[in-house]
Amino acid sequence: MFLSPDRLASDQLAQRLVLNLRLPRVLAAALLGMSLASAGSVLQMMFGNPLVEPGFLGVSQGAAFGAAVSIILLGNSAWLVQSSAIVFAFVGLALSYLIARRARFGGMVLRLVLAGIAISALFSAGVGVLKYLADPLRQLPDLTYWLLGALSSITWAHVRAILPLVVVGLVVMYLMRWRLNLLSLDDATAFSLGIAPGRERTILLVAAVAATSAVISVSGIVGWVGLIVPHFARRLFGVDTRYNLPASMLMGGLFTVACDDLARTLLAGELPLGVLTALLGALFFIGLMVTQNVRVQR
Amino acid sequence: MSTPLLAFQNIAFRYQPRNGQVLRQLALEIEAGTVTAILGPNGVGKTTLLHLALGWLKPESGQVFLDGKPLGSYSRHELGQWMGLVPQSEHMPFDYSVLEYVLLGRTPYLKPLEMPGEQDCLIAQQALDQVGLGGLERRAITKLSGGERQLVLLARALAQRPKLLLLDEPTSHLDLSNKSRLLGLIQKLVGQGVTILLTTHEPEVAATIATHLVLMERGHIYHTGPLDQVLTTERLTVTYGVPVQVVGLGKRRVILWG
Repeated sequence: MFLSPDRLASDQLAQRLVLNLRLPRVLAAALLGMSLASAGSVLQMMFGNPLVEPGFLGVSQGAAFGAAVSIILLGNSAWLVQSSAIVFAFVGLALSYLIARRARFGGMVLRLVLAGIAISALFSAGVGVLKYLADPLRQLPDLTYWLLGALSSITWAHVRAILPLVVVGLVVMYLMRWRLNLLSLDDATAFSLGIAPGRERTILLVAAVAATSAVISVSGIVGWVGLIVPHFARRLFGVDTRYNLPASMLMGGLFTVACDDLARTLLAGELPLGVLTALLGALFFIGLMVTQNVRVQR
Repeated sequence: MSTPLLAFQNIAFRYQPRNGQVLRQLALEIEAGTVTAILGPNGVGKTTLLHLALGWLKPESGQVFLDGKPLGSYSRHELGQWMGLVPQSEHMPFDYSVLEYVLLGRTPYLKPLEMPGEQDCLIAQQALDQVGLGGLERRAITKLSGGERQLVLLARALAQRPKLLLLDEPTSHLDLSNKSRLLGLIQKLVGQGVTILLTTHEPEVAATIATHLVLMERGHIYHTGPLDQVLTTERLTVTYGVPVQVVGLGKRRVILWG
C-alpha cells in the first residue's frame, strides 16, 4: 500500500499507478475540498448564518436530481451525468433566485433561504421518484453510489473536464474576498459603503455554485465539508474573509484529501467519501457545540 | 444663496407598485454645516428619507441633488466617500473584531479588488479613538453592549471621512453618558465641516444639537426651518397628536408630554 520513492523511480507499474490513478484522485479531492469550503464560507457570510452550506439554494439536490435523470433516463455515461448534474445545480440556483425575487416579504436573504429549502425539497422528491423507477440491479447501485459521494473512479479526463469551471469559481471568490465581508451587512449599509450588494452577491453566488457543481458532478454529494471547515477557519484565523476565505480553501483541500485517503485505506473495501466526511464533520461539529458556542442569531 | 448640500425635489416614493405612497410631494433643502433633525411618529418615512438621500432607494418621481448634481451622476464609490450611514441597529452574526468592523468603512476608497492597507488601518484606529472606543480594537463586536455597538457603527461611518453623515436614531441604545458623549461628538464633527442629517424619536436630542428641524407627518413634511421656529408647543402637539409642551429652562428647552 505504501511505496518507497525508490520503487517509484524504477518501477513502471508503480509510476503508472501513481500518475494515472492516485494523482488525479488527490487533485480532485483537493479541488473538491477547496471548492466546498470556500463556497461554504461565501454562503455563510452572505446569509449571515454560520449553518449554511454550499449545497444550499437547491444546488446539491439539483445536482443529485440531474445525475439521477441522466443515470436512469438518459443513459449512464460519465460526461452526461456530469453535465446534467451541473446544469441542474444551476437550475436549482436559478429557481431559488426567481422565487425569492417574486416573494413579497422580508429581505432578499430570508427569501433566498426559504426558496432554497423549497426547491431542495422538490428536487429530492424528484430523486425519490427516479429511485423508485430505477432498475434495482443496474441503475440503483450507480445512483446510490453517486448520492453517497466518492472519488474512486476519478481519471485525468474528469479532472480536465471540471478544471476550468472550478478554477474560475475559486479565483473569483479569492479575488472578491474583501467585498465578501460587506455582503454580510444589510443591503442598505453595504450600499452606503460603496458596493453594489445585488450585483456582487450574484457574481459570488454564481462563482460558488460553478465551483461546487463542477466538483460534485464528478464526486457525487459530499456533505459537511462546506459547513464545518469555514467554522474551523474562523476559529483559527478570524472572521475577516480576507484571511478566512483562503484559510477555508486550504483547510478544505487538506481535510478532503485526508478524508479521501482514509476512505481508500481504512477498510479492505472502499468507503464512500461522503459517508466519511459526514461522520467526521458531524463529530467535529458536536465538538464545536460543546466546547464553544456556535453562534446562530438569525 | 449658495447651493444646498442636499436637496430633495418633489419626491414621491413607494416600496411596492401596489402599495400606497410612503412619501409624496416632499421637498427639503439641507445647507452645508447644519445639523438637521427629522422628528415624527413611527412609520412616517424618516428612515425612507435617509435611504433616499443615500441613493439606495430611488424615488418614484422627483430627484435628489447632492451638492447641486443629481445623485444618479455620482458613482457608488463617490457616494460612499460623500456620505456615511449609521443604521439604527445592525444584525451582527459573526465575531468580527472591532477594528476589522470599522475598517469596512474604508471600502469606498478601495478599488474593486483592493485590500485595505496600513493607512486605512490608521484611519480606522483614529475613528475608534474619536468615538471613545480606543482600546477595544481586538474585542469581538458580538461581546459589546448595545451602546458600544452603536458607537462602532458610528466609527465605521467616520472611517469613510464623509462630508454628510446620516444617522438613523443614533441615541436609541445609548445611556445618558454615551448619549451626551455622542452629542458632543456631533458638535465637534460639525466644527470640522461635516453636515449632519439625523432621525430621532427624542425631541430633547433635537433640541440639544439640531440647528434645523424637520417635522414629518404621514409621508410629507409638516414643517421645517431653524430650530427655534419649529420646536414649539403647538407644532409638536400637532405632529405627535398628543399634548406636548416645550418649556424654556435657562438656555435649554425641555419637552414635556402627557
